[in-house]
Amino acid sequence: MTEAARPTPAPDPETEPYWEGVQRRELLIPRCKGCGTRWFPPSASCPACSAFDYEWAPASGKGEIVTYTVIHRAPGPAFAERTPYVLAIIQLAEGPRMLTNVVECSPSDVSIGMPVEVTFEEIAPDALVPQFRPLASPQAGKE
Amino acid sequence: MKRSSKGAIAGVGWTPVGAYPGRSAYAFMAEAAASALADAGLTNDDVDGLIVIPSLVQPSIMAAATFIDYFGIRPQRFSSQPGLGGASGCAAIRQAASMIASGQASIVLIVAGDAALSGRPPRSVYAGGDQFEAPYGPFAPALYALYAQRHMHDFGTTPEQLAEVSVACRSHASLNPDAQMRDPITIDDVLSSPMAAEPFRRLHCCLISDGGCAVVLTSAERARDLRRPPVLLLGSGECHTHEKVWRAPDFTSSGAVESGRRAFAEAGLTPADIDVAEIYDCFSITPIILLEDLGFCAKGEGGPFVEGGRIRLGGELPVNTHGGLLSHGQPGMAGGLFHAIEAIVQVRGDAGPRQVEGAEVALAQGNGGIFGTQSTVIVGRDRA
Repeated sequence: MTEAARPTPAPDPETEPYWEGVQRRELLIPRCKGCGTRWFPPSASCPACSAFDYEWAPASGKGEIVTYTVIHRAPGPAFAERTPYVLAIIQLAEGPRMLTNVVECSPSDVSIGMPVEVTFEEIAPDALVPQFRPLASPQAGKE
Repeated sequence: MKRSSKGAIAGVGWTPVGAYPGRSAYAFMAEAAASALADAGLTNDDVDGLIVIPSLVQPSIMAAATFIDYFGIRPQRFSSQPGLGGASGCAAIRQAASMIASGQASIVLIVAGDAALSGRPPRSVYAGGDQFEAPYGPFAPALYALYAQRHMHDFGTTPEQLAEVSVACRSHASLNPDAQMRDPITIDDVLSSPMAAEPFRRLHCCLISDGGCAVVLTSAERARDLRRPPVLLLGSGECHTHEKVWRAPDFTSSGAVESGRRAFAEAGLTPADIDVAEIYDCFSITPIILLEDLGFCAKGEGGPFVEGGRIRLGGELPVNTHGGLLSHGQPGMAGGLFHAIEAIVQVRGDAGPRQVEGAEVALAQGNGGIFGTQSTVIVGRDRA
């Protein structure tokens, strides 16, 4: 392998359910059993009401781009062959935001407000990470 | 009118900033501390409170205690180590003043320094290394670019306006013999430097440096009996909103709205009273957003505000008269304390060729993480 290895997810006990879901191509994020708030990243208590009782619930995987940049100078050898690539913050329909790449499109097609949907990229054998791509048909998301 | 103060700066010290291989982070701290104490006319034995802004290259979970051993100093009453990134310097001044005002210390030494250029900090100290971030290849320029792109989208801020921040800082650094980069640059130079993360090119990004600085605080009464005329702390504030960029409340403003509001209220001043502003400038977008947040212009008008020489020496509001992180340098987390020191040097009238004529009141703004931690200090000349 000539390309340097990309950092693979390093789960801890609190985040393991999230990464286990991702390996099954499911996007699970916490939902407070008290007030219904969804949040990310995982933490032991609800950031809205401080309740400690939550469940892992699927997210729609749909969202939109809040802001993004196109990286031309890779921060390390692991990303050198990917330049230029998009780094974005997306907001899920459920509310929480995530850092992601925007994949399966040209960086020049990306814009703020663009609807996106989750996909899963195998960055190493048996290591999936969630990524986002332009929503195939924006209308389909509004059914 | 006599100014009421929350404490006074009795001494400042610093080392030149740039590439100085072969020295430890603590060597820079020690040289700066000795210089600040000599400036105040004090010795190690006078110091009863110590704040050490930790090194990235030689991290210590007890940075103050590490410096106690290294420098031979015994603060009998308190020591601490802020964990606010680039906001640590201004926050340390605020904390020192608070300890003095409440009678828990009489002479407080604040030191910062690092060998960030020659010593190579571990990658793990930088933003973007978290399990939810690292797989996507982020780094500091890209994380700040997320703010810049949103600001450009919402308000029409241009790469040229961003470049003007870098050009102004360089023009000031050209007058500062202790700055790392002193050759003047043009907007075209910035816009033709290599692209890092859109919209930032290399010259929109700050330096990495070796160097250190230190400040000595005491009460205004005590300071008036010391070697140098004191500079008064008139007001200060802090506000902290997030660590991870994607948890930020929004991407065109920061907690500087609140930290600035508190500092101005405490000082009984408004932005119109500020003669010179030293604003954290890790990337060229940072001062544009912070100048808006602090009330120097309306939200969204930071781009036009920095144009036309307004933030250069001789302009309406000179900004980063030492050259800022963009051209004076960024020795790790010492960078933010250098902004406060330049504010003090300007109020003293000691800035030489880069002196803002008649500067009486100066503001310094510290910023840490990706706009996540904010600290403001306003200093003024003693009128007693």
